[in-house]
Amino acid sequence: MNFDLALLSSVLRAVTPILFAALAGALCQRAGVFNISLEGTMLVGCFAAVAGSWFTGNPWLGVVAAVLASAAYSLILAIGSVALGGDPIVLSIAMNLLAVGLTSFLLRTVFGTTGSFSDPGLRGLDPVLFGHSPLVYAAWVAVAVLAFLLYRTTWGLKVRGIGENAEAAANLGVNVARERYRVIIAGGALCGLGGAQLALGNVTLFSENMTAGRGWIAVVAVMLGMAAPVGVLLAALLFGLAEGLGFRLQGLGLPQQATDAAPYVVTLLALFSQRLFRRERSTA
Amino acid sequence: MRLSRRWAVVFALLGAFVLGTLILAGTGADPISAYSAIITGAFGADGFPGTLAYAVPVVGMAVALAVPLRAGMVNLGGEGQLVLGAITGTVIGLSSPLPAVPTVVLALLGGALAGAAYAALAAFFENKLGVPLLVSTLLLSYPAMSFASYLVRFPLADAGSSLPQSEQLPDGVALEVTGTGLALVAVAALAYVVVDARAPIGYEIRMTGLGARFAAYAGISRPRLTLRVLATSGGLAGLVGAIMVLGFPHRFIDGALITPTYTWIGLLAALLAGANPLGTVIAAFFFAAITNGGFEAERVTQAPRELTAVLQAVIIIFLASATGVLKRRKAGVR
Repeated sequence: MNFDLALLSSVLRAVTPILFAALAGALCQRAGVFNISLEGTMLVGCFAAVAGSWFTGNPWLGVVAAVLASAAYSLILAIGSVALGGDPIVLSIAMNLLAVGLTSFLLRTVFGTTGSFSDPGLRGLDPVLFGHSPLVYAAWVAVAVLAFLLYRTTWGLKVRGIGENAEAAANLGVNVARERYRVIIAGGALCGLGGAQLALGNVTLFSENMTAGRGWIAVVAVMLGMAAPVGVLLAALLFGLAEGLGFRLQGLGLPQQATDAAPYVVTLLALFSQRLFRRERSTA
Repeated sequence: MRLSRRWAVVFALLGAFVLGTLILAGTGADPISAYSAIITGAFGADGFPGTLAYAVPVVGMAVALAVPLRAGMVNLGGEGQLVLGAITGTVIGLSSPLPAVPTVVLALLGGALAGAAYAALAAFFENKLGVPLLVSTLLLSYPAMSFASYLVRFPLADAGSSLPQSEQLPDGVALEVTGTGLALVAVAALAYVVVDARAPIGYEIRMTGLGARFAAYAGISRPRLTLRVLATSGGLAGLVGAIMVLGFPHRFIDGALITPTYTWIGLLAALLAGANPLGTVIAAFFFAAITNGGFEAERVTQAPRELTAVLQAVIIIFLASATGVLKRRKAGVR
């Protein structure tokens, strides 16, 4: 029994950063912005969280720093694609690489170290309930809030309208550019929360490229969940479960490489079954 | 249009230069000596061989990833295909009963084939199941890297070393990266230039890239094209992987092909050039040169080497935004 609670707990922990980033991706997707910069934006959040917590001694100010930094970082995508009309995919890939270079660069210039920074004086987020930081629970609240906003408010209607048909929405008087700006920046803030949980909740350190593909998994979760908050939550849970089970199987002697690959394989399989299911339904 | 893109490149380079100067000055390094160190480190007599050695994988991956990009398809799984080609080349190199030279040829072919087959899998998933290439290529990449990592840590592990690396390839099962490797990549790049400009398939690829729907009306089968383009892309990536393990230190070292981000630098170069064949090669070479120059700059001026990664990304961001503006202006005029 205890053992299973431990599994649940590790799934919750693994899911949180992915869930935040995936919600960001879903929000952007709904407004018709294909955002694959989640990985880099989250990484910027990780660094800002650690720097903020270190210099103020207060982990919550670290969270604030992460939200602000990631939101500011997402301005690159907002300005580049919405205002200047650049290709969001190109911008996003460059942003992911920039984030790796920039955070490594800052790690060296700010903390004078390479690889990773951890220090007993660095304060992480204290657990509130069942050993988890408040951000773990906040992610679930965010699912509900986002679902409410998207489906129950006029703002949500506008955003979804833009995603469905930007031209029609513009003709109805919706300011498409402004809404997309807001959505991308809000997405950045969500990625910042994901980064903060990763760097101050799951662990208490910053290491180079510590997001390690979680942002990409979030991109996949957006697709798997069809950009709906609850769908995205289920997709992220599937990934977290694969990771959690992987850790357990590792204890039973499965090589680490197999368990490393498991979440990606499981996600791919889930994607297949979803497509097959949808195809069958549409041909029926 | 050609001129405007050129201006966009100039603008992007200038923007990155200005930003780089500000960052350098901000960190207390002397920008002028840092930039001159980058240039001598990249093109000086001591630095150039290093640039060339770095350019082989970067240009190779750039060409590999440019091929699908030209058709408007993004292959994000270059790392997996690269590593799979490398591990296949390693297995063949270690186990082939043939003499050294045919073994090398076999390892190169095997590496290319493995990469091609793996990338073709992603094309198959899109064609048959509608899973977007962007996602399938990326997701497939991770199991391939884990698989290779497993092989070199267990079945192929070098017993005499605690490092995660394969045994060394037998004597003679080797090639010079800046010799044969460079030649192979040059041939691949040249083939891309010629096929793009002259061959019917090159025309089909470009047409699909310019307008997928129009190309479909013109009778181009997208599934077939996707399969061929992806297989070519993965095959080239696999070939680059095989070249790299056959080169010094003649073994597969876990992470050695991933950590220097050859794939991502190559992809950025291809994106920068809009997958134009010659442009891709030039951009990739330029990125390889400034990356290699960055090491020298770090040694001379303590300007961190990550700075060149930052500059490369900034160039792309400026360029992507600038070409967007140009596109829009033109549309406005019309």
